[in-house]
Amino acid sequence: MGVVKSYEEINEKIQQGKVVVITAEEMTQIVKDRGTKYAAQEVDIVTTGTFAPMCSSGAFVNFGHTQPPIKAHRVWLNDVPAYAGLAAVDFYIGATEPSVDDPLNKIHPGLFQYGGGHVIHDLVSGKPVRLKAEGYGTDCYPNRFVEKTVYLKDLPNAVLCNPRNAYQNYNCAVNLSSKTIYTYMGVLKPKLGNANYSTSGCLSPLLNDPYYKTIGLGTRIFLGGGVGYVVWHGTQHNPGVPRNEKGVPRAPAGTLMLLGDLKQMQPRWLVGVSILGYGCSLAVGVGIPIPILNEEMAYYTGVGDEDIVTQVKDYSFTETEPLGEVSYAELKRGVIKVMGKEVPTVPLSSYIRAKEIAESLKTWIKEGRFFLGKPQELLPCSTET
Amino acid sequence: MYAKVLVLRFPPEIVDKPIITNLVRSYNLTFNILKAQIFPRKEGLMVLELRGNKLDYDRGIEYLKRIGVRIEPIDQSIKRDDEACFQCGACTAVCPTGALYIKRPEMEVIFDSERCSGCEWCVKVCPAHAMTVTLSEAE
Ligand code: SF4
Ligand code: SF4
Repeated sequence: MGVVKSYEEINEKIQQGKVVVITAEEMTQIVKDRGTKYAAQEVDIVTTGTFAPMCSSGAFVNFGHTQPPIKAHRVWLNDVPAYAGLAAVDFYIGATEPSVDDPLNKIHPGLFQYGGGHVIHDLVSGKPVRLKAEGYGTDCYPNRFVEKTVYLKDLPNAVLCNPRNAYQNYNCAVNLSSKTIYTYMGVLKPKLGNANYSTSGCLSPLLNDPYYKTIGLGTRIFLGGGVGYVVWHGTQHNPGVPRNEKGVPRAPAGTLMLLGDLKQMQPRWLVGVSILGYGCSLAVGVGIPIPILNEEMAYYTGVGDEDIVTQVKDYSFTETEPLGEVSYAELKRGVIKVMGKEVPTVPLSSYIRAKEIAESLKTWIKEGRFFLGKPQELLPCSTET
Repeated sequence: MYAKVLVLRFPPEIVDKPIITNLVRSYNLTFNILKAQIFPRKEGLMVLELRGNKLDYDRGIEYLKRIGVRIEPIDQSIKRDDEACFQCGACTAVCPTGALYIKRPEMEVIFDSERCSGCEWCVKVCPAHAMTVTLSEAE
């Protein structure tokens, strides 16, 4: 066994300004050129990043007690309903909730101009947001209606809490039918008109630690432009899918539940989005530092686009079985072959922004502003299928 | 060979004249109509690609201006808000002309307004509402 480093040792190096930190893209090259042994010796941390619409996102907010007090039973923010089935002035605003008067898909494909994701973006942008709350009135909370303008900075608490983010790998979507379809994977033109995919490949957080050996409860991360934490495995976390020889899952696998104080996040990294014919969502920036504790972690973080494969799936319900397997390197080149046909590929996840996240996290660590959070529990990882 | 995508705005008085036919006959130009529309107050709008040799092209433009057609380059009517655009690439699925395309291997999404036909597909598809087209507004 070669080098072994501890979280404490790496954090000590950050403190002393001696830490060696590079992005996952740079690590791929180093491992390729110099091998895992050298990489493990030289590199302490590898930074990853991803930026894409992540529907399972939202924020817990407490808007402060009013005078006279209200037990908010229903809450709207800029006319977007929030879930208020919590204590008096707590609510959860979910990313995909459309505003009350949205025509939805009545005229298909619907535009979904404004929803929960946009509310979160507006809050983080420091914009005024109109809050309305209705109560049914109790002896202790007699107030039945509140309407006021709120700013993020004045809210007592606002916590981004996303039940499922950063999917470890995702399908590549195509359409075999004869009409255009509008999906959460974007517009899919008929008869294999295009193939859409959403992952940042070699920069993707969970693809750099495929067996979750360093990621778990308490891992400190880049979240929405600020600092956040992994607090649990995400919903639908499914580590048991088939994997290739490098441990990379061939289909959607692990997921993360993430949390962080909304007040220190930035609008550039939490963007409300409208997905034509599908709905509203929130594009979330996530970056995870992977400590190179040993040679094994150098091996995993050395993963390249050609090592990452995913399944091509028909989203028109014409064919249920996968239509084939493609590598991320092929997807990134712009054309894949499906059923003998050349199909142009379309990314939905921003590689440019993913790279920017990995670079920012690198800078934070280099400047001694960000330390590793040692996980208290690792994510579940039973890999037998 | 010279080619350019133009937005032509026709005042009501000439909207029914065979202007494009004249362009072809007298100025030796070929064209490709990308969009044509007449607004309620009878002004006309046309987006077309005009091709020919540079001399004929310039004379053709001269003719259009003389008879009162307003000519705008397409990039005045379609814009990308580069702050809002987060470089995903979703728009490249629908852009029929390749005006929105991905520069590889950087994966940067480029908007080349010169190739745009004003179809407005990207306006609906862009998740960040970064694309705006003001073509369909009568002036
Ligand atoms: S879809 Fe919108 S945000 Fe995405 S690259 Fe195109 S213009 Fe930019
Ligand atoms: S309007 Fe948008 S989609 Fe249509 S050609 Fe121009 S850039 Fe492409």
